Amino acid sequence: MNAPAGQNPEILAARDDFPLLARPMNGRPLAFLDSAASAQKPRAVLDGLRDFYESEYANVHRGVYLLSAQATDRYEAARETVRRFLNAGRPEEIVFTRGATEAINLVAETLGRSGRLEPDDEIVLTVLEHHSNIVPWQLMRDATGVRIRAAAADQDGNVDVEAVFREVTDRTKLIAFSHVSNTTGTVLPAREICHRARERGILTLVDGCQAVPHAAVDVADLACDFYTFSGHKLYGPSGIGALYGRLDLLTSLPPWQGGGSMIEEVTFERTTYAPPPARYEAGTPNIAGAVGLAAAIDYVQRFGSENIQRHESAVLKYGVDRLQAVDGVRLIGTPRHRAGSISFVMDDVHPHDVGTVLDREGVAVRVGHHCAQPAMRHFDVPATIRASLGIYTHASDFDALVEGLGKVKELFQL
Amino acid sequence: MIDLRDLYQEVILDHSRNPRNAGRLTEPSGTAKGHNPLCGDLITLDVLVEDGVIRDVSFDARGCAISVATASIMSDMLKDKTLEEAHDLFRRFQKMLTGPDAEAEGLDKLEVLAGVREFPMRVKCATLPFHTLRAALDNEPGTVQTE
Repeated sequence: MNAPAGQNPEILAARDDFPLLARPMNGRPLAFLDSAASAQKPRAVLDGLRDFYESEYANVHRGVYLLSAQATDRYEAARETVRRFLNAGRPEEIVFTRGATEAINLVAETLGRSGRLEPDDEIVLTVLEHHSNIVPWQLMRDATGVRIRAAAADQDGNVDVEAVFREVTDRTKLIAFSHVSNTTGTVLPAREICHRARERGILTLVDGCQAVPHAAVDVADLACDFYTFSGHKLYGPSGIGALYGRLDLLTSLPPWQGGGSMIEEVTFERTTYAPPPARYEAGTPNIAGAVGLAAAIDYVQRFGSENIQRHESAVLKYGVDRLQAVDGVRLIGTPRHRAGSISFVMDDVHPHDVGTVLDREGVAVRVGHHCAQPAMRHFDVPATIRASLGIYTHASDFDALVEGLGKVKELFQL
Repeated sequence: MIDLRDLYQEVILDHSRNPRNAGRLTEPSGTAKGHNPLCGDLITLDVLVEDGVIRDVSFDARGCAISVATASIMSDMLKDKTLEEAHDLFRRFQKMLTGPDAEAEGLDKLEVLAGVREFPMRVKCATLPFHTLRAALDNEPGTVQTE
């Protein structure tokens, strides 16, 4: 098949920025197609972390010495980088977390304790959600008595605005959904959902893990109340992520974890809490992680989000076309708008077996339920094979995948 | 490096496609469910034990070639074994897959699965049917997990 049109030469060259991708795998060139699980790291991030530790590291918001002041500046500059990246109004609206999972737990728990919810209030999710956008709400449900409803996807894996609002009642207090599905790659109509929710006074939380690596995100334009993503899927270090929360919400919600940094004054009788974002960042934060995340954002922004989106769409379409042309391959989800991921199954071979054979061919894919068991049930498959791309993914990686599937068929005599 | 053909041998492919003793027993003395949350493999296994001897075994499995083939071969070997012999078979099987060397003594037909030890990510696929068997012999309620 011909190389896809619309590729960006500068982005094609980005692969050389990622040292790990040069590592041969089982004697073959590595075709890394698992960026949706976690992305590889560019030199800019690795060097940024090293430089920070070697010349500027100290704890933040604590020391009066120069080094601590500099580290604090870097940490807060990272917050500003995230603010700009999401087009949030103010840096106070950005809370650093361990990742999106922690951010969703933070919102679910504090909302649960806020007194804003009553038993029989409702929360709407979608069937495509990752477990991290299901289980925290169930824990909160158990504490508050709210009900959880799940909006349906159609057989192609689309989740329409109408499908979401079919689940909305006058008891609905919050809609939480993925901007992009980690299983089918479906891009949800986030803007429409959030705008309609806001008109009805319903809060929204958008899990942007699979969106931010692939497209520009603007929380003001989306009109969401919370937005979160994990740094490690955006070429940053693991263990760092960010939560955007509307300032009036962050100011009115109760604290989450208790500890240093999140207080104003502590006595044994009574403690007063710092305003956001410090209120939600108890203890020494992941300082270097934040600095590394900012380096990752700076790195992708050099290419421009729109260029990345256009380039990746071309490569992704190439992948979809190639896979659809393979006999015995069935795509799980053929959404109208797709970003990042392609899920599929093979007739008569379990995804786990496919994954083992592909590994031998140097092709790294994710096999399993992708932490989205309700989505697996929706499509009536126990597991899928998922190929997902990053900025460094070339059309040739999909060629290697398709060649590997040929090996699977040979071995299983299909 | 072990050839994939040693992992996916003809016998294994055959058992995974045409599992022996597939189905359910009408009056089992013990039943258990096994689940590998990592890959979603699910197995429901029935046993009929009389006077300390396994008279019949049946199972329903939805899983990869390795787990279904293991369940199939295992079920074939269990009939008329005593409980002690069945437990011993599991011990030997585990030893073959995770022990210091690939000892396959007394494993008979299960020996075709020796190649699994070269694929550490897949060992749990092979041990899931045995974990489920142990739970069925004890008639443990709930679901056995590999994780």
